[in-house]
Amino acid sequence: MKLQRKNRRALALGAIAFSGALALTACGSDDTGNSNGGDSTATANAGSIKCDDAKGQLLADGSSAQKNAIDAWVKQFSAACQVQINYKGGGSGAGITAFNQGTVAFAGSDSALKPEEITESKKVCSGGQGIDLPMVGGAVALAYNVEGVDNLVLDAPTIANIFSGKIKTWDDAAIKKLNPDAKLPSTKIQAFHRSDESGTTDNFTKYLSTAAKSDWTYGDGKAWAAPGGQAASGSSGLAQAVKQTSGAISYMEESYAKDMSTVAIDTGASEPVKPTSDSATAAIADAKVVGTGKDLALEINYNTKADGAYPITLVTYEIVCDKGNKAETLPTVKAFLTYIASEEGQGMLADISYAPIPDDIIAKVRTTIAGLS
Amino acid sequence: MDIATQDTPPPTPQPTEAERKRAARGATRPGDRVFLGLARGSGIFLLAIMTAIAVFLTWRAAIAISKNEGNFLTTFEWNTGTQPPVFGIAVLAYGTVVSSIIAMAIAVPIAVAIALFITHYAPRRLGGPIAYVIDLLAAVPSIVYGLWGVMVLVPQMNGLFGWLNDYFGWTGIFSWEEGAPRSMLTVGILLAIMILPIITNVSREVFNQVPQMHEEAALALGATRWEVVRMAVLPFGRSGVISASMLGLGRALGETMAVAIVLSPDFLIHGSLLDPGGGTFAQNIAAKFPEADEFGRDALIASGLVLFVITLLVNGAARMIIARRKEYSGANA
Repeated sequence: MKLQRKNRRALALGAIAFSGALALTACGSDDTGNSNGGDSTATANAGSIKCDDAKGQLLADGSSAQKNAIDAWVKQFSAACQVQINYKGGGSGAGITAFNQGTVAFAGSDSALKPEEITESKKVCSGGQGIDLPMVGGAVALAYNVEGVDNLVLDAPTIANIFSGKIKTWDDAAIKKLNPDAKLPSTKIQAFHRSDESGTTDNFTKYLSTAAKSDWTYGDGKAWAAPGGQAASGSSGLAQAVKQTSGAISYMEESYAKDMSTVAIDTGASEPVKPTSDSATAAIADAKVVGTGKDLALEINYNTKADGAYPITLVTYEIVCDKGNKAETLPTVKAFLTYIASEEGQGMLADISYAPIPDDIIAKVRTTIAGLS
Repeated sequence: MDIATQDTPPPTPQPTEAERKRAARGATRPGDRVFLGLARGSGIFLLAIMTAIAVFLTWRAAIAISKNEGNFLTTFEWNTGTQPPVFGIAVLAYGTVVSSIIAMAIAVPIAVAIALFITHYAPRRLGGPIAYVIDLLAAVPSIVYGLWGVMVLVPQMNGLFGWLNDYFGWTGIFSWEEGAPRSMLTVGILLAIMILPIITNVSREVFNQVPQMHEEAALALGATRWEVVRMAVLPFGRSGVISASMLGLGRALGETMAVAIVLSPDFLIHGSLLDPGGGTFAQNIAAKFPEADEFGRDALIASGLVLFVITLLVNGAARMIIARRKEYSGANA
């Protein structure tokens, strides 16, 4: 009896040690995003960063889509300026909420502020309001898993019909017409969408409801509204699902689609466009500024026919106060934003599968940042 | 010790009437009073916390539901970002209950069998390590189960689903159109694995408590080992096993990350358990929370309130079942 009790205690200790180890490793795996920073450039560039009066700590929260870019920038910036910047990629909604509560110095968001959110921001920005600064672009790739098909071309109506379930098999006439040379199998199409709410879904459904108006009747939004299809959580979950399932197709940020086949989109330009950093930047160049005043919210032209412009493109913003930023964080925010909007900051984006903001727009962003108070 | 004192033992003082009464009532010394106060305070504190949670949930839920365009209980949609917002919990309630029932149906028999094996069949040398491994399973974080589920379990389910469809497809609940096997059944199986340790563990403890006399008496009457288990061990342990199952059910009802990773959710109720789709309360909250605005969060809180109510009902029902079987509880063993 006694022996048994002793054993049990040893077991409990073992269990604690084991679970402790698991818990520790779970924490450790959290910030893999940092690895994209590009170590080789870390010290070389540090000299050209202007720190001005940047000091102390900066809290920020928001879009997880731009977290890898922010992490890469933070790595460079904090190395040069001895500033701690803590960007939690808690999601656009969380970022805007935190910003309007005044708990973060800036927020990241996949979509521009809504009118009511701007009204609310006036409470935090004494004498000013929250504004959107486009800072990071990216292509939303359509990755697929169809055996023997490498260079799939689709257009907006076909994509809409695939994701709404009207086109059911890969050898459908509509797909054949766009891909006369491909050997399309009769496999069932498994269209995957995000199960969580997401700015990527928002952009993708905006594209569908603009570029394929008559075929896509489910509107746009962060939550997937069309019936049927299958779902997975996060871009990584979608990538996993597409790799696992034969006949699958899904949309995800380009960096997640690296080792998969991606769809080239027939936009009506001279040839179908593949998702890349360059083609995303080209699409953003075709966007127009719809924000008023200092707000630089963009409206992507999803119907773009410009050569080499990839239409399903996402722009993420940094949200700050135009006036009335907190005195203690203003110099740091300004210095950091100045850096990420600089040629050097934007130049890093293409290496980590994001798209830099085109020249004439980023020039406006720089002017706006210089005027922040 | 000298003899003289032994001859005349000192008179034992007779307790007064008041002292006798106090002794009968108990709890008079300061230590007892302090302990009573602490225990009572903790009990009241717990009630206060529960009330605070309930009030918070109800208040936020009321805000959301008052602006809801759809019927909160019957709408098959969750869209809090639209104007006006439309959301309903029908699919979530169905999915939560169905996935938990599947998990219980698989886990309880297996857990009881393992517990019986460890306590009554296995040689001590084997029983110990098995119990240890089962305990370790409980220490694995649920997100690890989720990742294991999506990378290992889901691809393996193709075979089972195909087989079920071939032989039981005619029932309707096991029909399967080719697709990724990320359905309620997959979730149920994963949940079963997750709740197995706690049910096994508690059941094992209960079976260990069976009075030796009961078993020996049964053996003396000529019972085989299985008859001993059936006549002495299982009846004695029944209420304990029910309690253990309720602990497991609690975990299954509230499991979040593993379901969110493995399930392919949509807002439809599928007749077949093999069709991808459906959803659970906890999964939906995990999926929608990060990008939700304030109103969206209130709506999620409203769904959380429903889960809270379901859990209360289930626990209440379990208490009633256990109370009816009091004669087998450990108290009179």
